[in-house]
Parts: sequence; structure tokens; C-alpha cells
Amino acid sequence: MSKVSMTVNGKAVSGDVKGNTLLVEFLREDLRLTGTHVGCDTSQCGACTIHVNGKSAKACTMFAAEADGADITTVEGMANADGSLSVIQQAFQDHHGLQCGFCTPGMVMTAAALLKENPKPTEAEVRHYLEGNICRCTGYHNIVKAIMAASGQDVSAIAAE
Amino acid sequence: MYNFDVVRPTSVDEALSALSQEDAQALGGGQTLIPTLKQRLAMPTTLVSLSGIDSMKGVSVDGGVITVGGATPHAVVAGEVADAFPALAHLAGNIGDPAVRNRGTIGGSLANNDPSACYPSAALATGATIVTNAREIAADDYFQGMFTTALDEGEIITSVKLPVPEKAAYIKFEQPASRFSLVGIFLAKYADGVRVAVTGASNNGVFRWAEAEAALSADFSVAAVEGLSAPSGDDMISDLHGSGDYRAHLVKALTKKAVAQAS
Repeated sequence: MSKVSMTVNGKAVSGDVKGNTLLVEFLREDLRLTGTHVGCDTSQCGACTIHVNGKSAKACTMFAAEADGADITTVEGMANADGSLSVIQQAFQDHHGLQCGFCTPGMVMTAAALLKENPKPTEAEVRHYLEGNICRCTGYHNIVKAIMAASGQDVSAIAAE
Repeated sequence: MYNFDVVRPTSVDEALSALSQEDAQALGGGQTLIPTLKQRLAMPTTLVSLSGIDSMKGVSVDGGVITVGGATPHAVVAGEVADAFPALAHLAGNIGDPAVRNRGTIGGSLANNDPSACYPSAALATGATIVTNAREIAADDYFQGMFTTALDEGEIITSVKLPVPEKAAYIKFEQPASRFSLVGIFLAKYADGVRVAVTGASNNGVFRWAEAEAALSADFSVAAVEGLSAPSGDDMISDLHGSGDYRAHLVKALTKKAVAQAS
């Protein structure tokens, strides 16, 4: 066991972890932040996407020990300070960007990373950026629409609701 | 996963000392190694993470040579060389997906030498120099077959030096599920000749297509490639995604495309 310390959603946290403890296990099981989901556990589905020092990463493919000293943001850290939904989260609700919701935490984190890099992405850029996030319900149309809407663009011409 | 210790040295010397322990293994970005560990295909006692070594991170451009630190993630390379070497930026910016590109590193990719990985083709086509803690290895001597390199036990890739070509292109025919290249062609044109490196195709890992290099060095045109026979598919990877002959066909088709797109 070794001690790790990091900042998660603005709060300093620490814990004792084994070498093979994945970051997602530390977040979910030690910190009880279960918003970050484990879908495939093989770094393909993206349900566990979080931000490490402001960059998206798959928390199932990183050890907790590698995050020592890092600044981590999970979906629990995405809402506004008053508890209301962030622009991206609200857009997912408004445009039905989820059905079962399992992939949604990862989708929201990836969307936030995209809009930080590219505030006004095209539809093609959104789809390309979502390559590492799999959704088996929606067919992606409304996810793309939600992200476009969150970027402040007119989405009336994109796909059907 | 079996258990192991993870150590995070902050200097190359500390990392070498940690790697000298029995069954210690270097950990780059972990985007291949961690899934491998989950399948219990490797059983190190200690993982030596290279992600805390600042001297192994970053990109610099100097006198026509780009130097990339061994622990530099793909996303950083994609951003830093967009103007200086667009073909390399294109390659780095299309590995895996955005989250993978924020973790995976050039040193990890080259040390693993997956036969379908993108980076080995760039290193081989540019005649890059693989710089380790101990020596400098020419790309032509470095790649020694599928998952096999010239690296010794415990040797670390500290940086990679890539000469910037006059013209270059990377054309990746993507296997859509894994996003590895089914076949990828890195074409690089220098004053003294053209180099064509092929990834994804051969059972022996990345290789140079000598006939195409000779033809293109004499006449840099699509027609020069058109006149060649595709390389033999006999020793190429044959799997459910494509036969060896199909991959051989792609080698020629994608090389033509690379010549047409080279800039």
C-alpha cells in the first residue's frame, strides 16, 4: 500500500492504495464518487472519462498512484456552484442526449474537454471527438446535438429530436 | 490484475535504478500495458512510471530536426508540430481517441513496437534517431520485428529525433473498432531520397518498401508507384479484418494516395 494525495473536484483527498488500484476504483470505492462509470474496463467505451489536470483520460486505464498530486475532475464536479446543471448537462437534458444514461458521465466529460479545446466545433468535429465514447442507446444524434447546443450554435437543422 | 508496486521517479537516473530490480517494468502512458496487465499477460513486480520525469517531456524544433521527449503524450505532439511537421501532427492526432492521446506516449509506442501502431512508421520513414539513457539508435537498426526492438532490458527511450522532410504524408486505413491501422503508410521525401514505411501489414512489424522508395526517389509521382507490383502478401498479417493479399493491395493503393497528398 502507498499513500496518494490529489485534488478531486476542488477538494484535497488522500488514501492508501495498492499498486494495481485503478484510478476509477479509487474514485468509486474509496471516495464513493460513483458518477464515473465502468463500462468495458478495457479503455474502449469511455464511460469512465474524467479530467486529469484539465485533460480527458480514461480512469480505468490509469493507476491511482499515477494521479498522485494531480487535479482531477469527475462528473460530480461539473454542476454549477449552486447545484444547478452546467450548460453541457442542461443541453443533454434539453436535447434528450441520453436514454439509459450509463455512458452520460463520460460523454459530458468528453464534451467539456472538446469545448475547452474547440469552443465552436462542427458536427463532424464533435463526432470525431466522440470516437472514444460508446453509446448503445441513442445512436449519437442527440448527443451530438446537445454538444452543439452547449457550444451556443443553432441546432435546429441537425438530426431529429 | 496481479498486484505490483508502482513507483514514480522524477529523474531518469532514479528510473534506471528502479528498473534494475528484478521483474521491474517501465510504464509509459499505460494505454497498452494496463489492458495487458488486466489480462494477466504480464507479471511485473514493480512498475516504474515515467510520467513524473519532466526532462522526458516536450517538443522542440531546431535546425530541421524535431526532438520529442520520450514521455510526451500524443496530444501534445499533435499540437506542437502542427506547423513544423503537419504529417506527424496528423499521425499523432489520430491515434486512438482524445483520452488515449492525452496519456499514451511516443516512447511507449516505440518501445512496444506493435505491428499496427502508427508511430513506428513515422520513426522509420524519417530515419529518426531513438535516444535512450545509454545511446542513440538509428531507426533502421531499432525495429527488429513484431513487438521486438533493439532496446536492452531496463533501457529507457528518453527522446526521439525526427528530421523534418521536404514533403510528407501519413495515410492510415483505420480498423474502425480498434482505431489501429489496418495498413498505414508514412511517406517522407528528403533532398537525398524518398522513404516509405509501412505499418499494420507485415508479420514482422513496420518495414520500408524498398521498390517504392527507389521509384519515388527517381520520379516523385503517383505514376511511379502505379508501375510497381504490390509487395507480396504471403508474409503479411491475415486476420478477420483483412487477408495478407488485401493488406498488400492496400500498401500500394495507400502509397499512391500518400504521394498525391504529400505536402
